[in-house]
Amino acid sequence: MHPFARLSCCMSSFAPISLDDLVAQIADGSLLAVPADYSGAPMAATRALIRRGAKNLRLVTVPQSTLQADLLIGAGCVVEIETAAVTLGEFGIAPCFTRAALAKTIKVVDATCPAIHAGLQASEKDVPFLPLRGILGSDLVKHRTDWKTVDNPMGAGGDPILLIPAIRPDVALFHAPMADREGNVWIGRRRELATIAHASKTTLVTVERMHDGSFFDDERLAAGALPAFYIQAVAVAEKGAAPVGLFGEYEPDLAHLRAYAREARTEAGFAAYLAREVGAVKAAA
Amino acid sequence: MTDVKPEELLAATLAAQIPDVRHIAVGAASPIPAAAALLHQMRAKDRVHVTILHSRRYNSFTDGGRELFDAAAQGRIDVFFLGGVQIDGEANINLVGLGTYPDLTQRFPGSFGAPYMSFVVPNVILFREEHSPRTLVPKVDFVTAPGWSPDGVWRRGGPKALVTGRAVLAFDATRRRFRLASVHPGETAEGVRDATGFVFDMPDVVPTTPVPDAATLGLLRGPIVAKLREFYPDFADRVFPVPA
Repeated sequence: MHPFARLSCCMSSFAPISLDDLVAQIADGSLLAVPADYSGAPMAATRALIRRGAKNLRLVTVPQSTLQADLLIGAGCVVEIETAAVTLGEFGIAPCFTRAALAKTIKVVDATCPAIHAGLQASEKDVPFLPLRGILGSDLVKHRTDWKTVDNPMGAGGDPILLIPAIRPDVALFHAPMADREGNVWIGRRRELATIAHASKTTLVTVERMHDGSFFDDERLAAGALPAFYIQAVAVAEKGAAPVGLFGEYEPDLAHLRAYAREARTEAGFAAYLAREVGAVKAAA
Repeated sequence: MTDVKPEELLAATLAAQIPDVRHIAVGAASPIPAAAALLHQMRAKDRVHVTILHSRRYNSFTDGGRELFDAAAQGRIDVFFLGGVQIDGEANINLVGLGTYPDLTQRFPGSFGAPYMSFVVPNVILFREEHSPRTLVPKVDFVTAPGWSPDGVWRRGGPKALVTGRAVLAFDATRRRFRLASVHPGETAEGVRDATGFVFDMPDVVPTTPVPDAATLGLLRGPIVAKLREFYPDFADRVFPVPA
């Protein structure tokens, strides 16, 4: 192979940036897509966003969320959330989400998992909607005025089907095991991360570590790679998903999550958690 | 059989609702349905696939979160379990909240994939441990997933049965009604009727839910809890504590 063959077909030089510089690229008011907790929850970046004092974020959880959404909501960073569910799973309700939803300090746009996936897939194709079976008769359809029921245009009539509009996030943010020196990110079989990146205008990623070389030099790694041209920036954040787990890397810290579920039941408890685990919010410049 | 734990009875009872199928899937935070699916798999003569979304080992999807829903849309998943904070007599379930949406008095986590899975999966088994007028209501406050659909609406499946901590009720989607199928040991048909907020059909003779036999208990307490411990450590420790 010509010594410059790889350079010529791929990116020019790439280097990770700092975590604070990464989250600085998420403008207040952004439509921000984040994955579920089994798929690389960007917890270090979430804490950095809270310290930055991010405001008016509109979250899209793909398709649900646990601690990440609860922290962002509790810290006052979120104005609206489209989600199929927010919960702490085995540890019960997500206390900040529940409080904010009831007090209507956030707007909850209730969805269902396949509709969020379909909305992102529509953006992947840059088409205005995708149809989905099922869901008709759910009260979600009544309240989601942006979802439309039409008669199947390919049928013989009398076959109602639901159309889900494209979801086009401003920013996708997730945590992954590694990025390479060309800026490609390895996501393994967590292909919803690829879908989120494809659908979003910008993708920001934190990783456990940098991988020397290119994933595309090894077909086994290439199969789990997300190409650099989808990715705006990468920051290294070791244990960046903790206390949530990271696929293939580490398990969730169950004691931490159990303690959070208890502590955040009161606003004072949540404030104490935030001060201890996240740190002070930086004064606005 | 006083030494049978309620969770063991429920797992065996859920397993008994599973017909001969190829693929059983279990959603989030469902340790008892997961135990039931694994029990069915271990006793089946033919090969049965079990997908437990909570697990890494029992989750072989490689194409992202949408793959479950796409596979289900194609009919590749035969059985799915759904819960409901409220369930009503027409098998509608509510996972969203109490009150008049969006003015809720109580907020639950959300709908997850229920409004979809309930349509595309042929055999949906409803499961709710708490059997009381609070959970089994005349009409749910919010329909997350309808129990039945009018003619002309495409629907492959839906709820077939409801298993609770007190009883098994079979659902007939054409009549839009439950019928009491059995009461668990220690329960009576009248007691179940009083604990249920909706009206259901009562047969003349109500059988008692069979308790799991020794072989079933051996599977639940042996290989199945060992598997569950990987992805439901808290549940495994609570129900099947490791002897000191």
